[in-house]
Amino acid sequence: MFESKQPEPVLTDQLAQAEEGTSLWQDAWFRLRQNTFALCGLGVILFLCIVALLTPFIAPYGYEQQNLLLGAAPPSAEHWLGTDIFGRDMLTRIMYGSRVSLMVGFIATSVALVIGVLWGTIAGYAGGRVDAFMMRLVDILYALPFMIFIVLLMVVFGRNILLLFLAIGAVEWLTMARIVRGQVLSLRRQEFVEAAVSLGLSRWTIIRRHLIPNTLGPVIVYTTLTIPSVMLLEAFLSFLGLGIQPPQSSWGLLISYGVETMEEYPWLLLFPGLTLSITLFALNFLGDGLRDALDPRASKN
Amino acid sequence: MPLLEVANLTTHFHTREGVVLAVDGISFSVDRGETLAIVGESGSGKSVACYSLLKLIPQPPGEIVAGRALFEGKDLLQADKKTLQQIRGNDIAIIFQDPMTCLNPYLTVGEQLIEPLIYHHSSSRKEATRRAIEILGEVGIVEPEKRINSYPHEFSGGMRQRVMIAMALITEPKLLICDEPTTALDVTIQAQILDLVKALQLKRNIAVIFISHDLAVVAGVADKVAVMKDGLIVEQESIDDIFYNTQHEYTKKLLASIPEGAKPGASSPHATNPDAFNTETPCIENRPLLSINGLKTHFHDYSGGWLKRNQKVVKAVDDVSLRIQPGEILGLVGESGSGKSTLGRSILQLVPVTSGSVIFDGTDLTQLSSAQMKPMRRRMQMIFQDPYASLNPRMTVFDTLAEPLLYHGLATRKTVTEQVLALMDDVGLARSAIRKYPHEFSGGQRQRIAVGRAISTKPELVIADEPVSALDVTIQAQILDLILTLVDKHHLTMLFISHDLSVVRYTADRIAVMHHGKLVETGSTESLFSAPQHEYTQQLLSAIPVADPARERERQMALTELRAESTSEI
Repeated sequence: MFESKQPEPVLTDQLAQAEEGTSLWQDAWFRLRQNTFALCGLGVILFLCIVALLTPFIAPYGYEQQNLLLGAAPPSAEHWLGTDIFGRDMLTRIMYGSRVSLMVGFIATSVALVIGVLWGTIAGYAGGRVDAFMMRLVDILYALPFMIFIVLLMVVFGRNILLLFLAIGAVEWLTMARIVRGQVLSLRRQEFVEAAVSLGLSRWTIIRRHLIPNTLGPVIVYTTLTIPSVMLLEAFLSFLGLGIQPPQSSWGLLISYGVETMEEYPWLLLFPGLTLSITLFALNFLGDGLRDALDPRASKN
Repeated sequence: MPLLEVANLTTHFHTREGVVLAVDGISFSVDRGETLAIVGESGSGKSVACYSLLKLIPQPPGEIVAGRALFEGKDLLQADKKTLQQIRGNDIAIIFQDPMTCLNPYLTVGEQLIEPLIYHHSSSRKEATRRAIEILGEVGIVEPEKRINSYPHEFSGGMRQRVMIAMALITEPKLLICDEPTTALDVTIQAQILDLVKALQLKRNIAVIFISHDLAVVAGVADKVAVMKDGLIVEQESIDDIFYNTQHEYTKKLLASIPEGAKPGASSPHATNPDAFNTETPCIENRPLLSINGLKTHFHDYSGGWLKRNQKVVKAVDDVSLRIQPGEILGLVGESGSGKSTLGRSILQLVPVTSGSVIFDGTDLTQLSSAQMKPMRRRMQMIFQDPYASLNPRMTVFDTLAEPLLYHGLATRKTVTEQVLALMDDVGLARSAIRKYPHEFSGGQRQRIAVGRAISTKPELVIADEPVSALDVTIQAQILDLILTLVDKHHLTMLFISHDLSVVRYTADRIAVMHHGKLVETGSTESLFSAPQHEYTQQLLSAIPVADPARERERQMALTELRAESTSEI
């Protein structure tokens, strides 16, 4: 179906090495460093990731450690962000929750990104019957109720958190594939792609060097939108008992419990909600910064 | 007092890089029945000047800083919004460059025509429709009663421009601004539209401001000419003075850039015996580098639906046979839709060929698999029309030029930088620009990059598909000279595709004329220009505007007589 034959490996290596000298990515990193907002976003994300990694060592309490006498207490010196109705420390639970939420956010989105971009590019560039077949497959998957799909996966493979990530990713790539295909359809009619063909470049090289870099703008924007939606999807699945189980926690779960007791104990909603919002802000700034940085035409501020 | 008198018009644009003096204090005037041509290259401020009059420039970033524009005694620049709305479309109308994008595709042309009448004149629908039919007939639309209910896509480019003219004239304006009205059109259509504008102007005694980058086009229509450069009018004279008594250096440069006459040094080695290349008398001793036999490239038109059996077939290239000798430049001429670009792409196997053979140096390319084609691709390259689309916007000059070198193993990592720099010298790009991206260059420089990429693999055959038609006239001359120099230096064989006969005459040793997918005439450049055989070639030649007002007037007289005999069809 699709010829991904590489040219002589030596040449490809040389090409890759020469790329490093002036690569788009290097230029992008240079431009990103000029963008304060994006750097702040990157900083926040890195900070959250480090905290999530170190949580077992730095968390003030255990995530299932209850203090039933305390009940739901507002923030205090012992419990900075208060405790939930079982008297569990909210800060600890948010920290443990970030492990699940960030992981599902990044892994599921990466899965969606890789499959979606490749699928969309190949379909758009190949065109004709290949395109029709690949996109009809996407349509069919769209039409399947994804809950059934995930429940089936859980039933067959057992409840496994990694599988959950993959399953969510496998659902989210559909939209990405459509977006990328649309981009590629308009790109492949452009003369620079034709020029690449007449230079004799292989199809895989054209996809890798000429098509994918030019789809990055919308892809990055959509990625930053996918990460939060994936995090909320995880909460939804967990809520149904298909995701992680209490006493484990994730941001989405904490928020959905917080909503129930919003009127009596507002801090149970406020703090997880705030954490999620800060993450999303950071992601959006970073995403916008990346989009501009990867587009040489974007004006230099 | 003239109808419109503009004094010291100054328009600035505030950008990140600072203030751009788009129009820097210009003055001109135009009277009823008179045509003023404003000529200049892109970025000279000619369009901004006219749009400033009607406050059609975006504000901000644009700002009309100073000036006066008296239209029938009223100052347009001081007029309030309401007055301006009345004047726009009512007293002053504009015809835009691209008739493809200026009509709303979702409304019938009738609906768009009567809109200003109902809005400005509060006429009744019935009355407005009657008037619309009348004016459509006047601009040369056949069966206006039927066509008024057609949608824009049902008209050809030339017809759409006629509709645009009808739209501009329907409110009986006193001043008509034409912004490059024929740039997007074919040369034969261009001639018809120019005639139409001229005839309508005489009939209604209106003033016309004609914006153009092409002095040759202006020669036939204008009474006086203002030459603009960098926001200033450098010379403003009557048409004859501009052409025959040129004062300013820049105007001289513009005139000199018009490709005219034969290829310089027509006695270059490969053109010694041009008649020997005639396909009618194939020469036996020379083996052609490229020989095309009975080539057909047909496209299926799926607009009727995928499942229908009776799909229309578009015969883009229909049974073309052609030979190109080593070292020869063959010009391929035709109007848009004639299949000349498809022929070029068929030779390079960029589009699937329906039947026939393309024999390049003894190998039939149509029989090769894509893997077998790869080493052949190195030997044949293409220069594309639009330098804004033919370069990957995310690759630097270095990336663009290094890619073919490394891919075909013509350079190693150590030598590639040196080779890229040598290429840049070859095509006249500054070495310091090596790390820049395409958008940082002007159109001409971009085309230099594209030319550099095409010659990077040391090809034997280069197909140049309208390489200069997107460029300004002075840049065009530079790129043409660059291409000719490189052809000599690297002993290239070239198929030079263009719609512009004067460009082809300047570059080609031999010319092939294409019409509706077929070759209608082939011959050496000079014999084809002096004694065209085929009727279509004659038509094409007679439609070229000449950059000589006196000859242009004669030509138009002759043309009008000719047209009176046979009814025009587009």
